[in-house]
Amino acid sequence: MSGLLSSSIARKFAMALSALFLVFFLLMHVSINILSLFSEDAFNTASHFMGTNPLIQFVMQPILIIGVVFHFALGLILEIKNRKAQGVKYAQNNGAANSTWMSRNMIYSGAVILLLIAVHFVDFWFPELNYKYVQGLPEDPNRYYHELVEHFQNPARVGIYALAFIFLALHLLHGFQSAFQSMGANNKYTKGLKNFFAGYAIVVPALFIIIVLFHFLNH
Amino acid sequence: MDLTLKIWRQKDSNSKGQMVDYKVTEISEHMSFLEMMDVLNEQLVNSGDEPVAFDHDCREGICGMCSMYINGEAHGPDRGITTCQLHMRMFKDGDTITIEPFRASAFPVIKDLVVDRESFERIQHAGGFISVNTSGNTQDANALPISKIAADEAMDAAACIGCGACVASCKNSSAMLFVGAKVSQYALLPQGQIEAKERVLNMVAQMDKEGFGNCTNTGACEVECPKGISLENIARMNREYLKASI
Repeated sequence: MSGLLSSSIARKFAMALSALFLVFFLLMHVSINILSLFSEDAFNTASHFMGTNPLIQFVMQPILIIGVVFHFALGLILEIKNRKAQGVKYAQNNGAANSTWMSRNMIYSGAVILLLIAVHFVDFWFPELNYKYVQGLPEDPNRYYHELVEHFQNPARVGIYALAFIFLALHLLHGFQSAFQSMGANNKYTKGLKNFFAGYAIVVPALFIIIVLFHFLNH
Repeated sequence: MDLTLKIWRQKDSNSKGQMVDYKVTEISEHMSFLEMMDVLNEQLVNSGDEPVAFDHDCREGICGMCSMYINGEAHGPDRGITTCQLHMRMFKDGDTITIEPFRASAFPVIKDLVVDRESFERIQHAGGFISVNTSGNTQDANALPISKIAADEAMDAAACIGCGACVASCKNSSAMLFVGAKVSQYALLPQGQIEAKERVLNMVAQMDKEGFGNCTNTGACEVECPKGISLENIARMNREYLKASI
């Protein structure tokens, strides 16, 4: 990583590219989850496809995991480098006067999202691996909806997910538009995209919260 | 007005500094911040104490010498100004004002509020120029057609006075607004095209070598910049860098 990412601008590009990849993944994830609000069968069909398609399971899924690990690892490396670059801290620093809370605390909102992913893996991904590859149980295309509903009957889990999605929104509120800036896309043509970035950052996490609350309250 | 000042005192670059409290009285609201500092220093000299060292030169917002981090902001709590343009009317009688040097590993403190900003000079030397024959056959500048928009944007970028407020305000101590402005002022003009590739690569390499941090697009630099240098210049530098690297 040190050779390819030796320049600060190359690191910016890498951070932005991995971020945009994850932003796209979120859209795909929420699109499938939304189906669970309207149709048990549609959600089961989509989940069965995602869970059994070899291209998704053995190509896209590893790429996604690498993308997540890369984004977090580079974010942490940058945070350490930046703290070193700062040297002595100010006795009084009024960061709120010139920047948003979200932009100054990406490392913390990112850490909460990392915890969400860990909880999500324990809740869904590890049991899924256990079902398919450890126990080798026969595939049941109708199991996904019930697994989803079952998981979100616990109020503590619902609370943790909802809180983490709020942090996801805060992370995206700065991160999405920041990725475009890093890619060099900040000029008169991109001004109109600012509302789109903010809209995405609020709507996607809000949809995740609605889905979680829907299954908690309706079952 | 009467004020309490909390000022960073540091004997030299090797000493450990600390915040020291001072009182100043009968400060006029019409004074500039540096004039208030002059009053304090006269007071200190008269009492046989060491005056507070601080950078200043033109005192009209052009040279970029005056620094100071005042009440948690570079150049204090006003917009589009340097410290010499900050007036005491921005403060109230009885206020406590915290005054610190610009902080960054790449801006080491020399004494009190004076920091070494030579790192900016070295970045400029790495590519912040165009090579022109000045031996007597100089071409008329107007012979090269330049659009009004490009000329205006280049002029806006060239307004950077290299004061370092961008670095001081950045939580990452990144110098990208400064370097972005210096790259942009040439990237926008035909005269800058010939050395464009080497310029951006060399200036960014020098910036990294000096130990400035990585930009995370907080935008604090743009807000605190006394000359209103836009973040668009950082985006332009990123594009220039990508173009030069491919």
